[in-house]
Order: sequence, then structure tokens, then C-alpha cells
Amino acid sequence: MNNYTFHWYQAFRAVPQMLGGAVVTLEVALLSMILGIGFAVLIAVGRGSQRAAIRGLATTWVEVARNTPALFQIYMAHFGLGAFGLHLSPFTALLAGITFNNAGYLAETFRGALRAIPPTQARAARSLGMGPVRAFTLIILPQMFRISFLPMTNQMVWAILMTSLGIVVGMNTDLAGVTQALNVKTFRTFEFFALAAIIYYLAAKTVTFGARLLAARLFRY
Amino acid sequence: MFNTALTLSDLGFMARGAAITLSITAIAVLFGTILGVIFGTLRTQISALAAAPLTFVLDVLRSVPLLIQLILANAFQSILGFGWQPFAVSCVVLSLYTSSYCAEIVRGGIEAVPMVTRRAARSLGLSWWQDLAHVVFPMALRVALPGWIGLTLGVMKDSALVLWLGIIELLRSSQILVTRLQEPLFILIVTGAIYFLISFPIARLGGRLEKRWREND
Repeated sequence: MNNYTFHWYQAFRAVPQMLGGAVVTLEVALLSMILGIGFAVLIAVGRGSQRAAIRGLATTWVEVARNTPALFQIYMAHFGLGAFGLHLSPFTALLAGITFNNAGYLAETFRGALRAIPPTQARAARSLGMGPVRAFTLIILPQMFRISFLPMTNQMVWAILMTSLGIVVGMNTDLAGVTQALNVKTFRTFEFFALAAIIYYLAAKTVTFGARLLAARLFRY
Repeated sequence: MFNTALTLSDLGFMARGAAITLSITAIAVLFGTILGVIFGTLRTQISALAAAPLTFVLDVLRSVPLLIQLILANAFQSILGFGWQPFAVSCVVLSLYTSSYCAEIVRGGIEAVPMVTRRAARSLGLSWWQDLAHVVFPMALRVALPGWIGLTLGVMKDSALVLWLGIIELLRSSQILVTRLQEPLFILIVTGAIYFLISFPIARLGGRLEKRWREND
């Protein structure tokens, strides 16, 4: 230790502020998951579409989301969309970037899950008189979510971790952003980011544990 | 007509950035895989209680954002007075990060080898080490390889985060060009295309290997 004194007290005093940031982080992650799941269902269905244009669009989304860095996607939302006169705030850009990423990964998960559902399920639903939309939402979708519940939990943890990329586009209200703002003010990098790391770890563990409880409750026979 | 101020030498600048991205990825994947194989094997071969500290550390590496890990490691090495270059810090952090995921993949592969196969190998007179080297690892490799290719691609993409420490890799080089040329959309599309060109063929190769090996089973 080269004459470095740790100042933990300063960091501990900032805990309420950082927990406020953690709430924003969870908000962004949750919103990006909800939106991402919506888009992912459309993409997963779109990849099996009869029309080449829809199929192409869905495939492009998935390939771009999976083959470029998440940070690049956030940059694209923040700087790239400016060319179309769309100037997104850091919050919206972060949300858009993570949603795009989530949707791409979840779409692949859902596609696998859809393939795992026996085709007889859809046929049985249709022969009971349900329309195609009703059969899909009432019979296929619930089974799809059930099969892909574990990957969805992982994706949620990923979404939480990805929100930390917001600082790169100037986000200052989420956990990483609040920590960075405190760091710039005090130059106690290690103390503040160590606390942030602990909060991220606890958040990720809480989500994993909560999802396990939820799964036990939702998916019992 | 489409006009851009992007010149060939700018593209060369981006190519140098891409080379940095690739070299960090190569180093991280190399050391991460070596460590990951050791950690993953340890986790299956010693008791859960003895492996608990290792399991916990690997779990932390997977549950804390990589960006935070990079910042923490960089602050920590300067507190200790190591005076490392950002490149070295990035390589160390990314290697450990890779190893934590690789350990899970290796563990999954080893656990996929049926216990009866291993017992058969041992009762044929193979030592613990021979069983591991000649029976378990070759069989586990087939299960683990697709995941490992996915991990390599993931590390390549995650290596973009080292720009926070001031390393001019592909994404940072594009940011510098954006600042100078003020053409964010076009330059970002070129950057995305370069990332895509690097990762898509490898992803395809992984998919094909997976399919081919499944047929042989």
C-alpha cells in the first residue's frame, strides 16, 4: 500500500444515494425486459413468416443484436439516430439499446422454445374452434414462457449488468452513473465502485433467487 | 450522391483499433480458457464445500458488470502502486472474466460424461489422471465447444468496454472519428459492419460444428 488511506466513511454515507441509483437501474432493466419480450415474441413469430420482407427484418435484428457489442448498440441509439433528427436522452438511448439487445437474444430463446412445443398443441387448439391468434396467445405463448423461463432470468441479470454501460453515454441517474458522479467529485474511485459492485451483486442474486421462487409458484402441477 | 469525409487512412485507423480489439480478445480467451479449464475441473473433482470459495469468486465475476470490474481493478492496481498500463489491466480483468464463464462451460461438459463411463475407465486400470485426460476431456470437449465459441464471441464484444480505461480499440477509434468528422451514423455503421464481419463467420462455424457433431452421436 503506497500511502493510500481508504476513506470508507464517505462511501458509506453515499449508500442511500446509490440505492436510489439502484432503483433506476432496476427500472431500466425491467422496462427493457418487458419491451424486449414484446419485440422478441414478434421477431420469433416473424422468423417463421411467409413474407420474405418480414423474415429478413427479423433475421437482421437478431443477427445485428447478437453479433455487435451492447455498447455499440447503445452508441447507435444515442449518436447514430441523431442523423434522423432523433436526439434521445441518455435514459432513452440506454433503454433503447438494451431493449434491442434483449429482444435479439430472447427471440432466439423463444424460437427454440416454440420448436419444443409439440405441433399437436396448436392443432388441438384450432380444432377446438380457437382462431389462430387466440390459439397462439392462450395455448402456445404460456408454454413458450414456461420453457424459456430460465434463459429469461439470465437475460434479466444480463440486462441489469448492461445498464452500467449508461455512463458511457452520460447517464447519471442509475447506479453506475451515480457512482461515477460521486467518483468525479471525491476521487475515491475504489471505495465507491467497490460498494457499487456489492450492490450489483446483491441485485443480481435477488433477481435469480426471486425468479426461482416465482418459478416454483407459477410452474407447479 | 452519397458523400463522406471518411478516408482510407481513417479506415486504417479503425483497422488498428480492430487489431487491438482482436489482440485483447486473443489474450483474454487464451488465459481465460486455461484458467477456466482448471477452475471448472476443480469444481467437479473436489467436494462442493472445498470448492465453495472458488465458486463464490467465479459467481461474483459473473454478477458484477464488467465495466465496474475494469474500473475497480484499475483503481486497485494504482492503489498498490503497480503502475500497470491500461492494456495489461484490461487483459487481466478480461481473462478472469472469461475464466469464470469458461469454468461453467467446462463443468457442464465434464458433468455430461456419464459416471458409468468413468467407472468403467477406472476399473480397466486407468489412473485418475488418465481417466480425466483420455476419457473425460475428449467427451466433454464435444459438449463444451459450441458454448466456448459463443463465449469467445461474447468476450470479443465485451472487450469494447476497455475504452473506458483509455485504450483505443475499435469502438473508441470510431468515436474519435465521429468527433472529428461529425458523421455518427455512417461511421457507426462501418464499425458495426467490422464487428459483424469478425463475429458472424465464427458464429456460423460454431453452429456448423454443433450440427455435425450432433449427427455423429
